[in-house]
This record gives sequence, structure tokens and C-alpha cells, in this order.
Amino acid sequence: MPKNPEIKKTLVLGSGPIVIGQAAEFDYAGTQACRSLKEEGVEVVLLNSNPATIMTDKDIADWVYIEPLTIEVVEQLILKEKPDSVLPTLGGQAGLNLAMELAEKGFLKEHNVRLIGATPETIKKAEDRLEFKRTMEKIGEPIAPSLVVETVQDGVNFTNAIGYPVVLRPAYTLGGSGGGIANNERELRDILENGLRLSRVGQVLVERCIAGWKEIEYEVMRDSLGNCITVCNMENIDPVGVHTGDSIVVAPSQTLGDKEYQMLRTSALNIISELNITGGCNVQYALKPDSFEYCVIEVNPRVSRSSALASKATGYPIAKVAAKIALGYTLDEIPNAITGKTYASFEPMLDYCVVKIPRLPFDKFISAEHALTTQMKATGEVMSICDNFEGALMKAIRSLERNVDSLMSYDFADLTEEELREKLKEVDDRRIWVIAEALRKGIPQEDIWQATKIDLWFIDKLAILVEMEQALKDGPLTEDLLREAKRMEFPDYVIGNLTGMTEQQVKDMRLSYGITAVYKMVDTCAAEFAAATPYYYSVYGGENEACGSRDKKKVLVLGSGPIRIGQGIEFDFCSVHCTWAFAKEGYETVIINNNPETVSTDFDIADKLYFEPLTPEDVENVVNIEKPDGAVVQFGGQTAIKLTEALMKMGVKILGTSAENVDAAEDRELFDKILEQCQIPRPQGQTVFTAEEAKAAANQLGYPVLVRPSYVLGGQGMQIAINDQDVEQYIGIINQIAQEHPILVDKYLVGKEIEVDAVCDGEDILIPGIMEHIERAGIHSGDSISVYPAQTISEKAKATIEEYTRRLAKSLHVVGMINIQFIVCQEEVYVIEVNPRSSRTVPYISKVTGIPIVPLATKVILGKKLKDLGYTPGLQPEAKYFAIKMPVFSFEKIRGADISLGPEMKSTGECLGIAETFNEALYKAFLGAGVKLPRHNNMIITVKDGDKEEAVDIARRFEALGYKIFATRRTAKALKENGIKVIRTNKLEQPSPNLLDLILGHKIDLIIDTPSPGVERAHDGFLIRRYAVETGVNVLTSLDTARALVTSLENTDLRRLTLVDIATIDGK
Amino acid sequence: MKAFLILEDGHVFTGTSIGSTREAVSEIVFNTSMTGYLEVMTDPSYAGQAVCMTYPLIGNYGICYEDQESRKPWVEGFIVRELSRTPSNFRSEDNIWNFLKKNDIPGIAGIDTRALTRRLREKGAMNGMITVNENYRLEEILPRLKAYTTGQVVEKVTCQEKRVLPGQGKKVAFLDLGAKTNIVRSLQERGCQVTIYPAFASAKEILDDCPDGIMLSNGPGNPKECGSIIQEIKKLYDSDVPIFAICLGHQLMALATGADTKKMKYGHRGGNHPVKDLKTGRVYISSQNHGYMVDGDTLDPKVAVPAFLNVNDQTNEGLSYVGKKIFTVQFHPEACPGPEDSAGLFDRFIEMMGGEE
Repeated sequence: MPKNPEIKKTLVLGSGPIVIGQAAEFDYAGTQACRSLKEEGVEVVLLNSNPATIMTDKDIADWVYIEPLTIEVVEQLILKEKPDSVLPTLGGQAGLNLAMELAEKGFLKEHNVRLIGATPETIKKAEDRLEFKRTMEKIGEPIAPSLVVETVQDGVNFTNAIGYPVVLRPAYTLGGSGGGIANNERELRDILENGLRLSRVGQVLVERCIAGWKEIEYEVMRDSLGNCITVCNMENIDPVGVHTGDSIVVAPSQTLGDKEYQMLRTSALNIISELNITGGCNVQYALKPDSFEYCVIEVNPRVSRSSALASKATGYPIAKVAAKIALGYTLDEIPNAITGKTYASFEPMLDYCVVKIPRLPFDKFISAEHALTTQMKATGEVMSICDNFEGALMKAIRSLERNVDSLMSYDFADLTEEELREKLKEVDDRRIWVIAEALRKGIPQEDIWQATKIDLWFIDKLAILVEMEQALKDGPLTEDLLREAKRMEFPDYVIGNLTGMTEQQVKDMRLSYGITAVYKMVDTCAAEFAAATPYYYSVYGGENEACGSRDKKKVLVLGSGPIRIGQGIEFDFCSVHCTWAFAKEGYETVIINNNPETVSTDFDIADKLYFEPLTPEDVENVVNIEKPDGAVVQFGGQTAIKLTEALMKMGVKILGTSAENVDAAEDRELFDKILEQCQIPRPQGQTVFTAEEAKAAANQLGYPVLVRPSYVLGGQGMQIAINDQDVEQYIGIINQIAQEHPILVDKYLVGKEIEVDAVCDGEDILIPGIMEHIERAGIHSGDSISVYPAQTISEKAKATIEEYTRRLAKSLHVVGMINIQFIVCQEEVYVIEVNPRSSRTVPYISKVTGIPIVPLATKVILGKKLKDLGYTPGLQPEAKYFAIKMPVFSFEKIRGADISLGPEMKSTGECLGIAETFNEALYKAFLGAGVKLPRHNNMIITVKDGDKEEAVDIARRFEALGYKIFATRRTAKALKENGIKVIRTNKLEQPSPNLLDLILGHKIDLIIDTPSPGVERAHDGFLIRRYAVETGVNVLTSLDTARALVTSLENTDLRRLTLVDIATIDGK
Repeated sequence: MKAFLILEDGHVFTGTSIGSTREAVSEIVFNTSMTGYLEVMTDPSYAGQAVCMTYPLIGNYGICYEDQESRKPWVEGFIVRELSRTPSNFRSEDNIWNFLKKNDIPGIAGIDTRALTRRLREKGAMNGMITVNENYRLEEILPRLKAYTTGQVVEKVTCQEKRVLPGQGKKVAFLDLGAKTNIVRSLQERGCQVTIYPAFASAKEILDDCPDGIMLSNGPGNPKECGSIIQEIKKLYDSDVPIFAICLGHQLMALATGADTKKMKYGHRGGNHPVKDLKTGRVYISSQNHGYMVDGDTLDPKVAVPAFLNVNDQTNEGLSYVGKKIFTVQFHPEACPGPEDSAGLFDRFIEMMGGEE
């Protein structure tokens, strides 16, 4: 069926800020879909509040609105842009929920706008627990006995009838938010109460626990004619009980026979047909390991994280095809872009094995519980491809960038057999390392299976890896053994460690035997048809299919690996734009990356895609084949920067800022020299190696001080210390994470924090704009609300900042991007950090100023001058809009994490508020971050002594807005003395009614709680913040944020937001 | 032990011997199914062929004997990237190595199966030899490989005598040209009383039993080698008894009614081929295993018209016979291995015979 001619202009809904459970995969899906729509001549209006995305580029959509994803905004946008249709299935749960609301209200019908990709009936049948259950029963698809409850008591009664344990799943939430497994009534009540609150419709499904069954997923596509295919199936190594987003996943399934495979495949097709889905859909199953019994766990009637993974695992572009189906095409009319010969109505066949490992944020949340449950905690993931499982697993492990490169990287050797047996029962992110140690200690595979329910096939694969470790240790390292170790993707470094050789010796030996990596193509069809798209993975042994073409100049772009706190989707934005810019300049482009959720790993972004770990050895293997003329490292975040030295050693030219200068910015002593030469002040500081030295330095500088490791990423391991005890504790923590580099102790200055991104061509600089943080220095820049243009600093300070940027860029010989953070303290400007690379704020500042920074930087890297590119060097004139970048957190997903903000970054994503006035921009930013106030008009204030004076003014303003204020004793006293009506409440340890009762009463809008600096001594405060976050109360831990919030509430008329099409902003 | 796969074009792959160490010459084909290796090995259509599985990890779930598609494996050789050392599945009774050994089938593991597949794709289906003899001499072997044909292989795989399987429903005469078990099972599930005839049964013998319908099965080899069977099938065609045919049966019916068949470059073997039902426009993902096809250009539109088309390469996948209750398909609605999407065709056959009683 050809395209529906009535669809001419479509509104595409994005998924908003990156949070745990809804990450970059939707940028990938949305971008692919928009390009697919435009290819068909459909005009695209895009709405997404996330400025770091590629989909919100003016190259991707025709009208781009970076506005809060609320029903009011969507309605207003539909009235303004008059699209004839809305495509909601690419914006994750956020997009789907919005579409549901619009449809239910009758708004779409009223304005003659059709929903494409999914009907309200379909969404309801799949998402509403009761409807879903009815539908499954109707077509005879088994589901675990379950009941949708709306009260805790109903849940308890039902569970008493079916027995513990039970799984709880709130309706309409992300990443299993608020769900969990309850083993007894106390746990049941806890989780259920929270889940009911988090569910948009106040419903939670209570279900028989099928933990321990195999978890299998199918990605299915269906068109309007009813044609269905499965793109891929996947098997979770972690059985049911761990959220699929937190599981190690393998594709295709490994332990299912054809009978089981086809049984579930047929079931998935029946389900997608009954739900009448036109587009993509994900079905999750629990399969009993010792029979054919299975249960349908969940259906997602939209593209998802799993579909992104399936797309990358197979080469089948699910989002693109889903968009075409939404326009009316049938599967047999859509060509397969990889083969060019086959069509989308064809099931991909893999001739390799894919492993995905989640990237969990426990390195950031040291206090958090590591347990993996049905609530997702991962911020990102890595994928690897190999022709054997062992190799795919080894590659995925080292792609994680957590200083792990083998099954020996987490050391459990100290544990006794008994302790190991206990440890095996813990379900956390180190379980495979525990299993490896258990195997080393001789615990039988059967026992490990009993404890973990991980299929014996996978346990045996781990055993094969452990046996290889032993064989290498035992020696001698023969050619055959080395060949076999490389086939399993043991890195040279690890082989060296096991054999007592150096990495170089192993490499030399390997080369002398001709053992080198070869590359195979991902072609969707297991080589049955010739493929046209160069998408490669490495294996050892066999024929090489990648040839280093030499027709034009070639550039290697290094991606940024898995999404983690501190290195998010922004760097994918930069990598992709850099790639496109190089292509425009006539270069052949080659990308190496390992993140299946991103746009950069889509096979049609670069001329060639290598889906590989980003380690020196893996990169060198690609370099040996491709022999690029140069590599760019400045767009791939710290991941790429870290490879600079290795690339130089391989003889690859670093394009842009040279390696020595990258090093100069990161090496404290060299950097100090440069600052001195440039006559730029920075907070005093010292470089130390031990806790003793650190304390001496701190005392000399005077507390408070900032302690952090050099070579930082997202403020990792950074803290403010107010006394010796703090210093000792921090050094301990830092040493756990990174030991190779020295530790920096700096005087902590309280001032305004300012950030600039600049492009330097070696002579001139271009600063698109100066950004100011609302929170004063001390809170990580990624967690601060950022305002463009800077509001409170003087013109003189701005001029100084411009001048310092110029001096620094020139003395570091920056060619390309530089990011500098300043502190302005009483008109004095200090430099606190310089990164000679692209930064987190680049997409944001590009979009709000209309200056395409990444393409500019790329051109500059290729030798062009800013002046010749049509720009006047220096600080650019301010745009007519105020643009506020608001951090977004996922604290509710990470049990036990402290939510108070500090120098260590904790946010997972961001959203934008853009408007002609500061206040509206601020209001939009808060709205985009999900802060929608007032609701109950009750708030709690509890601040540290030093903040009491400042808190008075804020409290007065909230009071004027009609807020009833509760406060703890000393805060209450301070407020009362200043004439504010306040209700005193007991602290946690005091008798009821106390703060906790207030919070659990679900009537509190907001808590302002400023923690004492330094180590969190008041456990009280920590608990308050946790309870608040887990029950969905807004918590602010900085008075600056609180002031911004009250300002936004005071000044905006909620009804009349002015929507800004950022595609109209032109920086020239 | 080392093993070698020597191709007709002189290319040699070196791997490890699995199963029997017997030397075997056969046609080398590849199958892209990711599961269902046992069903593949026991599908009689593979008689005379060694199968290369393109999925690299084979044997993961062991051998579940009840999944056999006939009484024994028929592949002449088995070629894999990696054989699983520890099968894991609740039904697994054995592993592939033992299975091959017991059935005296040679195999080779540890070769670059993707490279082999690409070679077969580029050069077309080739003959080859699996051997453990390290002192092989190409100049002696290659002429043998070139001369090899699968020959009249149907007689090898068909059953020896007529058998009646109980059933309350329609009486189906089933011509076993090398049938997969699941075809008969699919008919039995629909209540049919199935009588299985050896491939060389005469049309008269079949028609004398007064069946409600006739089913022609799949089978191995070049359809043109089946001269006498084709003659009998022509008589069945003339009989007006409803006929449903799969794969080789489909090709033989076409030959019997004047159309031609031809050898494909490397065939269709896998579980992912889309076939379009030309009447409804619906596309089904099908299980396939054929190296020959009905040449669509030779069809007499007065006799048979295309009913199914392969969406990938537009080759013919099924025929509907004009003025006859006869339809035939190239693909495998009985699945095993592969998708069950077109199982409804058996229902269509039941309807054609007058529906359920």
C-alpha cells in the first residue's frame, strides 16, 4: 500500500530529558524517524525538551520546538503549527503518555489531527494493565496470575490469595519505576504505596513472581495490512527478576531450541496482531527453564531501548521502518537499506553473537545499593559483536570503561568458598565476576546455576574463559594457545599479565604468527545477499571483509562509548555533527563506537562504522585496516581524549589541538605554568599523592578546599572538604576509583560560576555566548542550572572572560573546541577548569545561539579561518532569547543514593527553557524538568545554620505565593523571628508527627533542605531527602535553585507560554 | 583431529573434524536458520548435500530426538563455526558430535563459515569434500568433485512401503518423496487419515484407495531426475482429486504439467524468506529449503498461475492450477525449523477437500 497522501505535516514527540529508563535510544529512534519522514516529503514539526539531542537540530526537522513536554504545550503547538498528524511512538513512554492524554481529551479529534503509528485503543490495550490482561486472555496468551490494584489493602488481600513473592509493576511508568519484588507483607506495603503514587493512573499490577525463569524478548514489526515479522529475539543472561535494561543480554537467544523459539515468535506475532499495532513493538517473555510453559511479561507498543539494541544488533532500522509504516507503506514496499536487494519484510539472520552489558551508575553513587531489581538503574549500555560468545562478552566488558578488561578485573579471590556461595545469591552488577571466581575455586557449575538461575550454557561459557586464564598462566604460550585466546578476545595486556610478558611482547608474538583482527560485516542476512553498507565488527581468524579504501582523504572519529553520568548524549551530538561536517568537506568518515543507543552508531551516519570497544588495542586494529589520514578526538568526550596518546603512537595524526596541548590542559603543573604565562589567576592549589600531603596542603590553603583527582570526568571523585577528617575520607574514595594520577587540592572559592565554549582557529576565537550558573560554585557545572546569556556579571567581567579565553586558547594552541569554567568572585575572574575539547554545553549553546559550533570547529580543524567562515571573531552578540538549561536527575531510581548536590555530578540529563523573558525561560525549564507547582501549597524548609538568613527571603516569597511552610526547630525559629508564619515540625528522630509523617502524607510540594558541607554527618537530612525523592516530592538542596524556582513561580502566567521555533534562530 | 573442506573451485578450509571421520563428497549448501539444526540434519531434502550453518554457535541446546524430521539424519556432511561443548536444554538427550558419529556423518568445525557462505553466494552452489586425510591431492580430488551429482536421490529417502495412519477426518494420500515428519503431523493435527505411499507408487494405486485429497511432499535432488514419478503425478493431476504439494512436489507438478524448472545459483535455505500471497497481498515469513525452482517464464497461464512470489528475488514460490483444486508451494508451511506463519495453508487444503467433517 503506498503512502497515505493525506499525511503532509507530522508532529513528532520526543522523549524529553535523559533519565534512567529513557535515554539516548529515543534520540536515535526519533532522528532516524524524522529523516525517514523527510525522505518521504513529509514536513516534520518536532517537540522535545532535551537540547542535547540530534533530533532537535534544524537539519533533522523543519520546525523545532525545545519546549516542556506537557499537554498544554502540545495543544498550543498543534494550534500554532497545524500538523495533520502526530507520531507518538518514537518518544518513549513520555511521548506515548502525552498522545494518550490528547486522544482521551478529544483534542485530536476536535482539531482533525490523526494519531499515526498507534491508535489510542492500541496504546490502552498494551499499557493499561487490566486491558492488557483481558486482551491476552482473549487470545489465549498466558500471563502470570495478577491483579491490578488501586489500594494497598487490595494488593495485600490478593497476594495472600496467590502467595509471596509477588512482582509489583506500576502502570504508565518508565524503566519499571516504583516497581519491585515483595517477599513479605512489609515489603509489599512499602513498594505498593510508592508505586501507586508514581503511577499516572494510580494503578499497580500485583503479579505472581516468576523470578528465575528465562527472560526472552522479541522485537516485532507489523504493517497496516497485517504483515508481521520479528526483527530479532534476545535472551537475558540474568533471569527474570532483573530489569531487562540492567541485564546482560545476548542476541539472538542461545539456549532456545527451534520449538521454543518458534513458539514464542508465533505468540509475539499473535499479540502484535491482536493489539493492531502498525509499527514496532517489543514483547517480553518469561520462559520456564524446564518446560514449554511461558508467560507474557510486558508489551511495549512503540520503539524502545530494546528495539534500538535490536536495530544495532541486526542492522534492521526499526525506527525508520516504523515511520514509513506510519505513513501507510507496507513492509514489502520498504527496501532494506543494507542489502539494497531485499525488503523490510524479511527477518534478519545473524551470523554472529551480540552481547549487551548495562552501564550502571554505582561509581557515582557510592552509597547506593548495588542490587539489581525490576527497577532499572543503568544509565547506558555497551554492545559488542563477535562470532563467538566468549569474545563478545570480553569485548563488551572492556567497552564499559570501568577499568575492567577481563573476568579478573573485580577481585573476589579473598573470599572463601562459603563466602562465595553466599555472594552468588546477591544479584548485582558484579555477578559474572563472582561466578568466575566461584568457578576458579571449583564450585560446581550446577551449584552456581542453583544459586543464580543463570543458564548452564552461559556459566559454561564463563568457565571456558576461566580455563583460558588458567591455560595462559600455566603456559607455555604456544601459537595455538595465543590464537585461541585472541579468538576469545583476550586483550594483549591481559595475556601479558597472565603470562608474565609485556603487552608489547604479546603483540609482537601475535604479529609474528600473523594473528591479527579481521572485520566482518553486519548485513542482516548472514551473507546470503551482498550488502552495501559497511558496518563492521572484528573477529580473530578468518577472512577480512573490510578494505581500506583510498579514494579520498579519510578521518577517524572516535565516539564516546556508553552513556554515563558526566558523559551523556551531548558527546554523541558532537561526534555526529563532526562526522557530517567532515563528509561535507569531502572526507571519507570512519566512526568507532560501542553504544547501541546512539545516532553515531547508525550505519548511515559515517561512511564506515566499526562497532568496537574504544581501547587502544581495538582502535589500533581498525587503524591498521583503514589507515586514516587523521583522527579527531575532541568530540568524543573523555573517552576519545584518553586515546590521544595511543593514536599518536600508532602514527595517526591528531587533527585539531595536538596531543601535547591536550596533556598540558590536564596536567596540573604544565597547566599552572601556562596560567602563569597568561597572567590568569586560578584558585590556589597543590598537587599531592597521599592523604597526609593533602591535609598539609589543605591546612596551608585554609579550609574549605576542593579535593579531586586530575583527569576528571564529570567531577568524578570530587568533593568539598571542610576539615582533615573529610580530606582523609575523600582520598580513600578517590583511590578506589583511579590511582594512577595525582590528586588536586584547591582553595574553594564561593562565587559565580561561568562557563564558555569557544572555537579557536589558532589565531582567533569565537565565543558563541557566556553561560552563568544559578547555583554558586561548588555544585558541579553539569548539575547547575545554566543561564544564557549570563545575567549577573558585569560587562567588565565578560570582557575579562573573553580575554582569558583568547589567551588560554592561544597558549594551548587550540585548534577546534575549548571549554573553560570560571569563577567570578568580587569582580575577579578565576579559571577553574579547561577542557581542550567539546563539552556538555555545546549542543545547548549551538541551538540557542544558532551558531553551528561543531561544524565550525570541524572546518577550523581542517585549516579554515573563522574570519573566512563569515564570523566576526570574539564574543558574539547576545541572542534575543534567554535560554536556561536545567539538570534532570534520576534519584528515585537509585535506592540509597544521596541526592544533595556538590562537586560530583549526579544528573542524568537536561532540558531547556527558552523564551524572550528570563522568567518565562526559567518557568519553562522547571516545567520541562517535571517541576509543576503549585499543587498542595505545602512545603518544608530545613536549612543549615549558615543559610538561615538567606532562607528568610525565599520563605517569605513562597509564603506570598500561598505556601504553608513547615520547618524544623532552628529553621522555624529563624523564620518566625522574621515574621513568617511557619509550622514547627519534629525532626526524624523525634516523636511523631515528624517530618517523615509529613512527607508520607503526600501533601508536600517541595522540600528545601540544604545539607551541611563536607561529609554528610546529619544522617537525618539524607533520610529526609531519600524519602522525599522516593515519594515524588521535589527536593532542592541549594538556596540558589530555590530562589530561581520561586522567581519562576512568581512571574509567569501559566496559560500563555510563547513557543519558540529554534530552527529560526540564526547566529550569523 | 584436523579436517578439510575441499571445494570444487580448489579452495580448502581447514578445521576440526567432528562426528565421523569418513570421507564424503557432496553438494555444499548453506542454511541461515539460527535454530533448528536437528530439523535441518534430518530433513531428507538435504540428502546428497553437506550443510553449512551460517549461525556460528551450533549445538547449544543439544539433540532432542523428538524434533527429528525423519527417522535419521540425511545430510552428507555438517559444517559449523563452533560446536557447543555443553548443550543446555531441559529436553536435550545428546550432543551433535555423538549424533553425527552414531549416524556415520562427517563434519567439520572451526572454519570461517561466513567466508564459505560468501564464496557459495558469489560462485554459486559447489560440490565439495570433507576429509581428514592431510595428504589430499587436489588434482585427484577436484575432477571427482566436478563429476558429482546427487542423482536419483529420492529413492534413497522415500519410505519402502505404504502405511496407513489412523484419523477420523479426510482421507489424504501422502506421496513421500523424502518427507519431513511435520507435514504428516500437520495433517494429523487436522484430523486427517493419512496414507503414506512410497515415491514410486503408481497413480492408479493411489487413486484406487479413493483419497479425498493428495499431498505431494518435499524431497531432495534435481526434480528432472524424477522422470517416472512425474509421469504418475500427471495422472494424479488429471484425476480431479484435490492436491496440495510442497517443495519438490510443487516442482514435479509443474514439470508434469508442462512448465520447466531450473537450478538456482545457491538456492534458498533458511527461515526468513518473505513470500507474498498474490491473492491477498499478505506477506508471510517462510521456512525454505530448495536449490531448484519453477521457472515462472515457462508457465502456461491456461494451466497454472503464480500464487506466491518471493519478495526478495521475485522468484516463484507457489502455483494455483487453473480449473483444478490444486495448489502447490515452494516453501515449507510445515516449518520445523522456521516460522509457522503459513501453517494456514494446511487448513486451505482441508477446505479444498470439502472442509472438516
